[in-house]
Amino acid sequence: MMASGTEVICRYAGADLEARYITDRDGMAVIKLKSGYNIGVDPACLTVVAPPEVVKAGEVTVIKQNPSLPELSIISTGGTIASCVDHRTGAVTSQFTAEDIMRAIPGLGDIARFRSAVLANILSENMTPAIWQTLAQSVYTEIKNGAEGIIVTHGTDTMSHSAAAVSFMLDTPVPVVFVGSQRSADRPSSDNVMNTLASAAAATSDLGEVVVVMHATTNDDICAIHRGTRVRKMHTSRRDAFQSFGVAPIGTVAYPSLDVSLSSNAVRRRPDTEPALLATLEDKVGLVTFYPGMQADVLHAFDGYRGLVVNGTGLGHVSSSLVGDLKSLVDAGTTVVMTSQCLNGRVCDRVYETGRDLLSAGVVEGDAMLPEVAYVKLMWVLGQTNDTEEAVRLMTTPLRGEFTRSSENGF
Amino acid sequence: MDFDYAALGLKAGIEIHQQLNTREKLFCHCPTVLRDVTEHNGEFYRYLRATVSEMGEMDRAAREEMMVMRPFTYYAYDTTCLAENDEEPPTPMNPEALDLVLTFARMMGMTPVEQVHIMRKMVIDGSNTSGFQRTALVALNGSLPMGARIESICLEEEAAQRVEDTIFSLDRLGIPLAEITTAPDMHTPEAVKDVASYIGMLLRSTMKVKRGIGTIRQDVNISIRDGARVEIKGVQELRLIEEVVRREVQRQVSLLSIRDELLARHASVDEASHDVTALFKKTGSAILKRAKAIHAICLRGFAGMVGREIQPGRRLGSEMSDYAKKCGVGGLFHTDELPAYGVTEAEVASLREAVNAGPDDCVIIVADTKQKVVCAIGLIRKRAEMAMAGVPEETRKMLEEGSSAYMRPLPGAARMYPETDVLPVTVTAEYYSSLVLPELLSDKADRFVRDMGLDAALAHQMVYSKRCVLFEETVRRGVRPTLAATTLLSTLRELSRDGADVAAVSDEALLDLLVRVETGTVAKEAILPIIRALSEGADIEATIDAMAPAVSREEVRAVICQTIIERDAFVREQGMRAVGPLMGVVMKELRGRADGKIISELLKEELGKVI
Repeated sequence: MMASGTEVICRYAGADLEARYITDRDGMAVIKLKSGYNIGVDPACLTVVAPPEVVKAGEVTVIKQNPSLPELSIISTGGTIASCVDHRTGAVTSQFTAEDIMRAIPGLGDIARFRSAVLANILSENMTPAIWQTLAQSVYTEIKNGAEGIIVTHGTDTMSHSAAAVSFMLDTPVPVVFVGSQRSADRPSSDNVMNTLASAAAATSDLGEVVVVMHATTNDDICAIHRGTRVRKMHTSRRDAFQSFGVAPIGTVAYPSLDVSLSSNAVRRRPDTEPALLATLEDKVGLVTFYPGMQADVLHAFDGYRGLVVNGTGLGHVSSSLVGDLKSLVDAGTTVVMTSQCLNGRVCDRVYETGRDLLSAGVVEGDAMLPEVAYVKLMWVLGQTNDTEEAVRLMTTPLRGEFTRSSENGF
Repeated sequence: MDFDYAALGLKAGIEIHQQLNTREKLFCHCPTVLRDVTEHNGEFYRYLRATVSEMGEMDRAAREEMMVMRPFTYYAYDTTCLAENDEEPPTPMNPEALDLVLTFARMMGMTPVEQVHIMRKMVIDGSNTSGFQRTALVALNGSLPMGARIESICLEEEAAQRVEDTIFSLDRLGIPLAEITTAPDMHTPEAVKDVASYIGMLLRSTMKVKRGIGTIRQDVNISIRDGARVEIKGVQELRLIEEVVRREVQRQVSLLSIRDELLARHASVDEASHDVTALFKKTGSAILKRAKAIHAICLRGFAGMVGREIQPGRRLGSEMSDYAKKCGVGGLFHTDELPAYGVTEAEVASLREAVNAGPDDCVIIVADTKQKVVCAIGLIRKRAEMAMAGVPEETRKMLEEGSSAYMRPLPGAARMYPETDVLPVTVTAEYYSSLVLPELLSDKADRFVRDMGLDAALAHQMVYSKRCVLFEETVRRGVRPTLAATTLLSTLRELSRDGADVAAVSDEALLDLLVRVETGTVAKEAILPIIRALSEGADIEATIDAMAPAVSREEVRAVICQTIIERDAFVREQGMRAVGPLMGVVMKELRGRADGKIISELLKEELGKVI
């Protein structure tokens, strides 16, 4: 196979087409014509003219960091927040160094000084609890080293899981801002620029907790600041996919002014406090969604687990036929926590008989926690204690705003 | 003005953009219907930014669009979806559209691309919500009977329609568009028109393209020897295409003569510009008086050149003004046209003095905010330097009547990268050769003349008519071609002129009516009133019953006999000469319910018996 970028002549349609070889696809050679178009042709019609031209490192704009601005740290996990297009080959490459990101997102340098660390380069569906731990450790180290705010770039699929995980593992005195983009960073319409600028503004603000900053609407007008333990991706593709549950977003960043406004319940920066890290996680924890017709063997797949979060119906139910199976899990030492598929509202297993039976079986009400937040929290709680009663106490106590004692009435 | 085009070395090529009348858009399942902007049911706004390339370089066309960073507003409709909003990935490429474009390709003897790859072409003028236009090269190298070569045919998505300034309407975004590019093989304005017209005919022959103003647009590439390649976009009417070519040749010839004169004068452009805001503190010009900043630049040796006409309604100054407008200013003033617009002779004199301009020099001023003015002066300097080099390569937009204004530099090839959300499509040789090619409209017109006896003009009108398919169906059902053609063209046109909504009359109803006329159950005379009633929403059965209930020969005969009896004396006196006057009486009595031929036949028969 020839190298990408090789100059070739393609004998096609009675003419000699000058082109660059790009790649092979389904048995065809994909070539880029002078006009910029790619076409797939029979590899046999290609004649090599010259090897790929060695591209001189062109004049790269030197990025100046302004020493009078606060210092932020950008930690990349693999979400593409900035990319470049190589128009020669059409390749899109992600940018990770602070300078490259600043070059790709003009305006960033007016907000702060940046340093950067690449923690992982993975699709967010491939995120693991082990990487959450590394991430929390790395955020902790950056704060210890003087970063006045942290930006974590992350793929959007599991961004809220990671934000919740870091929320529980790390007690942070400065803002830890998760940010991503819903529309790829190569496109001129991408939400990456506005989200990143807003995340930098939030990271220099008076916040002192883990948050997610993403578009609040389909317009390029406002980014919402979501609490890391109350946020969820609610659309596969829209810019405003991220929504807070049980609490309004704790702040906003206006665009293009980048004015940050924080609500009264947003946790504030604590400049004199050291960060605290408790990064142990129990990984024998599961999350299962109940559905009508669910059979007992699905639950028994979790036999031997230390914890199981059930994503139940309504106020927090499974079918009565499964109550006994959950009881046997509890009796064997599994902490079982009930959450609701409704996402909005509190679990209350005291209203209906099935609920009361679940309580008798030893199932713990997960209050207003989002199912995946309860899952992450249970991993962390069981990582901190072997005492079941203490685990239950922690699960039913709000630690990072994952639920509140009173429900917002929505007015 | 006409030129010796061969001597000037005119080379022209065209790009034809034709909207396809597919059921759905190219990359989503929305219908391909255009809407009235007042019907929009939502709007949103976004910013677009050119993505930097690997080398830190930005496409020159994209860079220029970026100079003014402003949000674009988009109107959404109940016939558009999240795909147009750039909030959802595209669907696979619409196979109906690809099929149609491959049909065009085959009609022009082109070779299809074996594996079609969809590309993203960077466009950040706001007309695409994504900031790119999806486009795919589908076939290469064909030719037309008159010899012009077809370089390529692409299938791309139509852009959003600009409502005004920075507002765009999403109904049009995503309608499939065929882009046909010819080689620069045309050497006269007339040849350009002929090729454009032939390709238009060929596309229409499929009966599957959109019709009406704006559904087909020509971009014309024009250059002359020593000139430069200039692309003029958006020629929507074929009748203007020759004028566009003529006027562009005139522009390039004029620019070359300006260049020669500037070189002879050793003209130069000052590096420095001057802040002359203070000079116009008390000016009578409203624009200058309220401007925050006024800057001037001196173009040495340019006197008289900036104001010289280069094509109807356009001067070198207009070109400079187009460049300046990219910075958001309204325009410029130059001393070739001053004093005027409230600027006095004294002010001009002090302006000249301020920039140390001699009588051979031209001074240009721009008024706006300081930032915009600095930007604008920079571009004016650039354009003035270009004037000394001749004709710049540009993308231009057509103005009314065929002149043109600067839009942006010609884009480089550097604007494309793969659309990774859409899989490539394989075109097999079997599939390509199985495509059914339509009869060309020109061949069809010949056939109408030859086989149906239509006269050439009527045949030509018929093949270009929306009702052509109906016409053929009607003839197939036994209706006389002339009756069908006259009804579908003249009668409908006449009714339309009278204000009837003939578009509302269905093909089925017209077919039904013409068959009834042909078989004699409805009189020919009733066609017009019946269609008028149909255009007002009436039911065909009810209309015919009310207006022209079927009348038997015997009933007609009865009416005739009655008429003859009533006019006994007249009949005896006039003899057979009474046919004419009695025809009118009987026709009136029957109100078009019987065919005139039958009435005339029976009337003569009955008169014969009496006389």
